[in-house]
Amino acid sequence: MTDFTQSYTAPRRSFGQLALRWLLFALLGLFALFYLMPLFVMVTTSLKSLEEIRTGSLVALPRDVTFEAWSTAWSGTCTGVKCEGLRPYFWNSVLMTVPAVFLATLLGAVNGYVIAQWRFKGANLIFAMMLFGCFIPFQVVLLPMARSLGILGLAGSIPGLIFVHVIYGIGFTTLFFRNYYVTIPAELTKAAKVDGAGFFRIFWSIFLPLSLPIVVVTVIWQFTNIWNDFLFGVSFSQAGTQPVTVALNNIVNSTTGVKEYNVDMAAAIIAALPTLLVYVVAGKYFIRGLTAGSVKG
Amino acid sequence: MAPILDINNLYKNYGSVEILKDINVAIEPGDFLVLVGPSGCGKSTLLNCIAGLEPITGGTLSIGGKDMTHVSPKDRDIAMVFQSYALYPTMSVAKNITFGMKVRGVDAATQESKLKEVASQLQIEQLLHRRPGQLSGGQRQRVAMGRALVRDPKLFLFDEPLSNLDAKLRVEMRSEIKKLHQNLGATMVYVTHDQIEAMTLATKIVVLKGGVVQQIGTPAEIYNRPANLFVADFMGSPAMNLIPAKATKNGSGTQIEIARDGAAPLVLTDTHAKNLPQDVILGLRPEDIAEAGFRAGEDVQVAECHIDMVEPAGADTFVVSELGGKQVTARLHAETGAESGKALPLAFDLSKVSYFAPGSGERLN
Ligand SMILES: Nc1ncnc2c1ncn2[C@@H]1O[C@H](COP(=O)(O)OP(=O)(O)OP(=O)(O)O)[C@@H](O)[C@H]1O
Ligand SMILES: [Mg+2]
Repeated sequence: MTDFTQSYTAPRRSFGQLALRWLLFALLGLFALFYLMPLFVMVTTSLKSLEEIRTGSLVALPRDVTFEAWSTAWSGTCTGVKCEGLRPYFWNSVLMTVPAVFLATLLGAVNGYVIAQWRFKGANLIFAMMLFGCFIPFQVVLLPMARSLGILGLAGSIPGLIFVHVIYGIGFTTLFFRNYYVTIPAELTKAAKVDGAGFFRIFWSIFLPLSLPIVVVTVIWQFTNIWNDFLFGVSFSQAGTQPVTVALNNIVNSTTGVKEYNVDMAAAIIAALPTLLVYVVAGKYFIRGLTAGSVKG
Repeated sequence: MAPILDINNLYKNYGSVEILKDINVAIEPGDFLVLVGPSGCGKSTLLNCIAGLEPITGGTLSIGGKDMTHVSPKDRDIAMVFQSYALYPTMSVAKNITFGMKVRGVDAATQESKLKEVASQLQIEQLLHRRPGQLSGGQRQRVAMGRALVRDPKLFLFDEPLSNLDAKLRVEMRSEIKKLHQNLGATMVYVTHDQIEAMTLATKIVVLKGGVVQQIGTPAEIYNRPANLFVADFMGSPAMNLIPAKATKNGSGTQIEIARDGAAPLVLTDTHAKNLPQDVILGLRPEDIAEAGFRAGEDVQVAECHIDMVEPAGADTFVVSELGGKQVTARLHAETGAESGKALPLAFDLSKVSYFAPGSGERLN
């Protein structure tokens, strides 16, 4: 690759080029505004009182900023019969997502490592079947999965939900890690074998330390999918084990009397916050990981 | 003494493709065995089989007198340097070198002293804290050597360790490896497709072609008495002249007749060769054809040849003459008066001649 940073000097631009550039920026800004509009409405609405929502305009800034709706959404609003806010369900989601992401990523890494570096008879077939698993629509597995969870004694429990998400995630995580590990020269594994290292030692000492970019990609992907999942959450949970997405739906649907838009908005933002956070913290690794090539020894 | 490495009737298939066929090789302690052959002939595969990184399809293999046919690489008491070096990218040079000892549970003090020893031997002390990505090709090559040397194994395996280096560094590292071998007295198996590397390093050479051993012997044997046309052509640069000729019995010896375009045939008399078939291919290295008067001996015969081309190459001058329909190269001294387009008496040293059967390519004398 050529290094442009040394020799690059900004060339003089003609007026036309400059105008074009500003037009471009203006257009990009417009698109960004368009995408940010709903978020803006959500945030402002959540900071208004019900009174103000009823009288004011949708896009107006709040006159008196109040966090009452947020605290109601977090710990007071009703989901069906119970009125303890999103909090218990938020923790359900955390308890479900964190282990599910961890397990699916770990299993995907080991699977990918085996398929890419320890070629065995039928490895391609198994990989093909796992890929196929990625593209089975959720709806198709609902009934068999419900039955399986029943047999395993996990029906309606958080471990049951973890189980479902791990199973469904393995296909993708295996694909990610396999494609990453395939680019690592086989001689690396051979050298480690001659050095006396075994299967897990090589994985732990040589492959995992190389894996940060793809781990970040996998974690973001899995976290977003599992946290945002609604269908499995609503199908395989019961009162007390529902994840936050299901609770959010119940809040919005079960309000009787006046619709508390501010509370709904605050609840929706709370439910979306963790995935946003993950992107902000690890987003730059996401792009890097997606485009990461192999490592030169 | 028992051979360090003993390979018997080794076969290796990938699926239904036979890659190695009936390999038999034995080497003694202190030997430097070089595997040569064209690309894709199975050199790396054979090395991987010796290391236990690839299972073998048939035959047996023992190292240090113990049967190792089904033993895993870590228990074979071998160390290997790979073509791409295969350094662990996330570990420092020091960690790369000590990884094997760490895995095997060698105590920290021993690791440290061994590391020091090898680092000073290879002059990489100042690189120990760096990552492989921050090293030049030659430095990486040294580190890869270091990783093998700390192990002090029965057998060293090298897979074209110099092929990624530029020509100058290659020559340098070549003589360093030779020195290393002499100082350590270690037994080594070395893969290369560079026949000069093979000649300079080996105590024993195995020439492979298409997974079949063509010849095993000392560099001198391989060079002077190639077993067939392939070996004759492959080893040596410039290559051996291989000239079609007719042989007829002449007293106790043989008369060799080489056809020439537009001139009387070149006739030589070999007093030693016996029982040659009528059609033969005569093999003579360029240095065994000299300017008349510069080579003496009872088997030297002089004949006038038409010179087609003169190529000065510093220390020597090569001249080319067409004999038997082939461009025949002779290696003359630098101050020769040879001129292209003129005739020149050339001395053929028949004490060095090889004869091959044109059909099978096998050696006849
Ligand atoms: N894993 C494999 N599966 C199938 N065929 C293979 C495999 N590895 C090597 N081969 C084939 O085996 C033959 C020998 O390969 P090998 O790598 O031993 O050649 P080589 O002599 O080391 O060549 P080079 O000088 O290019 O390194 C080649 O024809 C190659 O295509
Ligand atoms: Mg090779």
